Amino acid sequence: MLESYVPILVFILLAVGVGIAPLVAGFVLAPRRPGSEKLSPYECGFEAFEDSRMKFDVRYYLVAILFIIFDLEIAFLFPWAIVLDHVGVFGFIAMGIFVGVLLIGFLYEWKKGALEWE
Amino acid sequence: MNFQMPDFSLALPELWVATMACVILVVDLFARGRESAPAFYLTQLTLLVGIWLAIDAQWGRDAVTFSGSYVADNLAVVLKVAMMGLGLLAFAYSRDYLRQRDLLKGEFYVLGLLGILGMMVMASAHSMLTMYLGLELLSLCQYALVAFNRDSRMGSEAAMKYFVLGALSSGLLLYGLSMVYGVTGSLDLGVIREAAAGVGAQNIMLAFGLTFVVVGVAFKFGAVPFHMWIPDVYQGAPTAVTLYIGTAPKVAAVALFMRLIGEGLAGLQEHWELMLVILAVGSLAVGNIFALVQTNMKRLLAYSTISHVGFLLLGFIAGTPEGYTAALFYAVSYSLMAAGAFGMVILLSRRGFEAEEVEDMKGLNDRHSGFAFIMLILMFSMTGVPGTVGFYAKWLVLKAVIDVDMVWLAVVAVIFAVIGAFYYLRVLKMVYFDRVEGGEALQAPAGLRVVLAGNGLAVLILGIFPDSLIAACAAAFGS
Repeated sequence: MLESYVPILVFILLAVGVGIAPLVAGFVLAPRRPGSEKLSPYECGFEAFEDSRMKFDVRYYLVAILFIIFDLEIAFLFPWAIVLDHVGVFGFIAMGIFVGVLLIGFLYEWKKGALEWE
Repeated sequence: MNFQMPDFSLALPELWVATMACVILVVDLFARGRESAPAFYLTQLTLLVGIWLAIDAQWGRDAVTFSGSYVADNLAVVLKVAMMGLGLLAFAYSRDYLRQRDLLKGEFYVLGLLGILGMMVMASAHSMLTMYLGLELLSLCQYALVAFNRDSRMGSEAAMKYFVLGALSSGLLLYGLSMVYGVTGSLDLGVIREAAAGVGAQNIMLAFGLTFVVVGVAFKFGAVPFHMWIPDVYQGAPTAVTLYIGTAPKVAAVALFMRLIGEGLAGLQEHWELMLVILAVGSLAVGNIFALVQTNMKRLLAYSTISHVGFLLLGFIAGTPEGYTAALFYAVSYSLMAAGAFGMVILLSRRGFEAEEVEDMKGLNDRHSGFAFIMLILMFSMTGVPGTVGFYAKWLVLKAVIDVDMVWLAVVAVIFAVIGAFYYLRVLKMVYFDRVEGGEALQAPAGLRVVLAGNGLAVLILGIFPDSLIAACAAAFGS
């Protein structure tokens, strides 16, 4: 019973390792020349602490929303690719329709100019 | 896990509409600058073919497919034909209105069509999940449509109110559904029906869930005390959109009630009957009394909707196949009248002028006696005067209530209907007896005139020969 969880344990260890290794490597190997800009916290290009009533470009959110849609598509595609030989032709066509609908959305936003930043 | 291939041929109407909505979106992208004419004609074609497909693929069947999530039966067919027919009408009305206001964009048709797809999914829902899916598809399209005139402050405000309240009501409905799922252990409405009968009406958890489901359904109907959004949304939305959301979604709300409560939770009738009585009497009272003081035509029609919802609920309260037939008949015939009434507002408006005030109806008889007569038919039908379809709608509902010995409810309904007659007749008084200086001739385009005349005549003809529509509604409930 318990041994069926071994892959998950391995996965957790691997994830922790992958998370820690670059930080440690950067800490040990990288040259350090701190500056005030480098040390200040930031969030996706915004200042972290300032008045909340500021102007921001609404296109930022447009890009974020478009990204989410295609990001989710990938989240569905990976598990589907693993079990492709089980789900067979039916699964293939179903995913084809799913991607096709997304494609129409993509076509729409492209043609409408949502992807232009000027 | 067993996987069974669903029977796609049963769901052909939905598949067709979904495919065509995508096609229309792409076609409209590449056919710019032609006032979205291809999108318009393709939409109407889609709905016509959709009606034929619904009758051809589902009439006379009683089959459940998609692992118990989808049902094809007569009720689904009647609902879908009504939804698509009303959609056809709404799109036909909207074209000239949108052109005059530079809102003629293909997205209107795509959103409208996807909304109708949502309603069709609701009509065929056999699981709580399918029902919610259809409901959300419909609601999201409606929120976007209400805000269709982006530069209008009223429109944006209405859309925002509608969105917040709609999301809240969806949340309440979901909460109720989760309780029902917790008790019965299934999403399948057929299984829920059995399980609900098994645990009995005394199960407090089930009654708790039912209460929230009823609240969610009442929100979508706009029954008092969950009616607050209706006047603001009806007034704020572009009239063409008001026409859309004031007609077919009422039929969809009947689907919502029938599938979830009428069929799924039929065993709890003693509970929901009382709740519906409160909703119905409240709607009749508030709708009719508040409508008396309205000066804006769209608000007046909004309160009139609320009062008609009260009448419609009487059919559900009866809880018999005859009662359900009456409610369905009421929803369809009311939607037809409402389409005509909003169509009249569209007819009298023109570029830069919205004929939204009741005063704008003054002297219509002098301007065009034919459309004054159509207004007469529509208002008489809403009042319930014999010879119009509204009479049979009220008659069937009252008969169903009296048949289950709730005479007092019928008396209350009739009293409020008489109060309601005042504001319909006041509109007619303005049309026929008030004179205005320099009332110019109507400028409406020919297409709009034909549609409105046809709509008015349909109300009259169905009022004289209602048998076929009544028979269709009765066939939906297997009698």
